[in-house]
Amino acid sequence: MTEVMIGGTGTALINILFLVILFVVAIAIARLRSLFAIVMLSGVYSLVSAAWYILVDAVDVGFTEAAVGAGMSTAVLLGAMLLTARTAQPEKPFSRIGPFIVCLVTGLMLIYATIDLPPLGDANSPANAGVGLTYLRINWYDMGVPNVVTSVLASYRGFDTLGETAVVFTAGLAVAMLLGFGERSLAQTLKKAPKPDARPAPARKEGDAP
Amino acid sequence: MKGDHHMILRVIAKCLLPLILIYAFYVQFHGEVGPGGAFQAGVVLAVALILYALVFGLAATMRAVPPWFTRSLAAVGVMIYAGVGFWALLSGGEFLEYQALFGEEPGGHHGQHAGIIIIELGVLCAVSGAMTTIFYALAGRVAEIRDEDW
Repeated sequence: MTEVMIGGTGTALINILFLVILFVVAIAIARLRSLFAIVMLSGVYSLVSAAWYILVDAVDVGFTEAAVGAGMSTAVLLGAMLLTARTAQPEKPFSRIGPFIVCLVTGLMLIYATIDLPPLGDANSPANAGVGLTYLRINWYDMGVPNVVTSVLASYRGFDTLGETAVVFTAGLAVAMLLGFGERSLAQTLKKAPKPDARPAPARKEGDAP
Repeated sequence: MKGDHHMILRVIAKCLLPLILIYAFYVQFHGEVGPGGAFQAGVVLAVALILYALVFGLAATMRAVPPWFTRSLAAVGVMIYAGVGFWALLSGGEFLEYQALFGEEPGGHHGQHAGIIIIELGVLCAVSGAMTTIFYALAGRVAEIRDEDW
């Protein structure tokens, strides 16, 4: 629990508040059956965890969580939800016991593992003393770029980032190959509204729903 | 516009969209000095387009930014990134060794700056193109979304 207490009582209280919100949202997601509410709550979960990452000084991680978790994946999940039903099937009462036990055991193991973690911001921890410290020392001479994260990501580890970019491209390609490029709906809508100058969204809302 | 109960949503989205786009480019071009970078900027750019699609309809979005453009953008982004690597190779360095782009001595920073900016441009194109392609693929399966569907 030492990580929670870093930075005085106020920070500790905000930390605990964020974690309680995350816990409540997770329980709500597990209990709800309406998929729309679940998707929205998972966006809330990402946003709160992004705020919490910022509180523990992981600004880049928080930013990515806010952009990808709260923005992008919510929109993609909404799009995926359109293709299926709006509510989840109710489960049998005893089918949840197995997953619950797995979650409990994994959580206890993770809590047990945190006992060995160095405190937050410890200068002697391996992450701060080894290769990280070297990057901080040589970065300015090598790059002339003040943000070490950028220079590690783009230059020292440029080949890895090329791989990541290729992974993102391949993911987009795979989804498009599976589901089509989405031009089917465009063709149908254009057939329905032949004038390209007319504002399409209101026209479709008012008029000829099939 | 009688009966259009999404008017507030439309007006606010119109005000928000330019801000989101400017913010995406701010993140892109301040990646060297601040948090974030091209990955985040690409996602923010894609999210701006998705917001437009959710409010103004998918057909209007596809007319503004056609699907062939987004999927080409993703491929071009990866090509830009890999192209910098081959540029460094042709200049006598190793693959993606930005120091060799302009043949500088160690301690010179022009090659590093140019390399980082160009590959971040490639990442921006690849990420925003791929994300928009995924959204089009998912949203394009349904011809139109009625209000009762929610």
